[in-house]
Amino acid sequence: MNSAVFRLAATLVSGVVFGFGLSLSGMLDPARVRAFLDITGNWNPSLAFVLAGAVSVSALGVVVSRRLMRPLFDASFHLPSNRAIDGRLIAGSATFGVGWGLVGLCPGPALASLSLGLPATILFVAAMIVGMLAHDRLVERKSAGPVGDAGTEARMSLPH
Amino acid sequence: MSEYGNALAGGLLIGLSAAILMVANGRVAGVSGIAGRLLQGIQISSGALFVLGLMAGPVLYRLIFDAWPSVTVTSSWPLLVTGGLLVGFGSRLGSGCTSGHGVVGLARLSHRSIAAVATFMAAAILTVFVAGFFG
Repeated sequence: MNSAVFRLAATLVSGVVFGFGLSLSGMLDPARVRAFLDITGNWNPSLAFVLAGAVSVSALGVVVSRRLMRPLFDASFHLPSNRAIDGRLIAGSATFGVGWGLVGLCPGPALASLSLGLPATILFVAAMIVGMLAHDRLVERKSAGPVGDAGTEARMSLPH
Repeated sequence: MSEYGNALAGGLLIGLSAAILMVANGRVAGVSGIAGRLLQGIQISSGALFVLGLMAGPVLYRLIFDAWPSVTVTSSWPLLVTGGLLVGFGSRLGSGCTSGHGVVGLARLSHRSIAAVATFMAAAILTVFVAGFFG
């Protein structure tokens, strides 16, 4: 059987588990997220448990993956190679944080909640897509046009 | 289950999802990265499947618990647009969001992700604090 099929199946399963986990955890609810961020007010710490649970199982996955020569369904790992803590990283993260704090939605929950068909989250996702496209236009000028898979691999696959 | 139990169980599942993608495909479960590449026309089939899976999550929740997960949006439309633009632009500029930097980056003990998470948590907490005076 073609490993590409397994790869796509794993991607789909990962997406469903992620979306279900978000739904169960309360992360899908912007009001809960903003209450979690409201540490000086009516703080709701429950979402710290989401992060703690998620990071610990994810870390198990990292430990397992480091014992493998290659991932189960692919020839090599595709991990970020950039190690520099630079202005882009900090400015981007700060910008993202302001948007997240304003509304209480980040990309995962925003996309997952599309299936509820709420006009507010649809509008948010539309604006988010415009923001992503604006980034590609304004910042990633050099990579104008779609970058081929090979180019991405070269940029992304380095010692694990 | 309690609010905290659900939060922990949901978190464990989110971690499981990231572990699956890492062990099976050797990839980071970062939603902004996956969505951003999808918009650039890169890795279209896997990106589309992941996003479809994400959207199927709440549907599965609905099938099991006979109710949609609660999504309470109180922001005005101009605020939603502003927030969406900032989240989209910022997560791409910073190469990640809560999932890529938070769930996977912290698990890999990536220094970049630790810096990113500290920055966006501080910015988000400060934003909620300041917004408290306006509304």
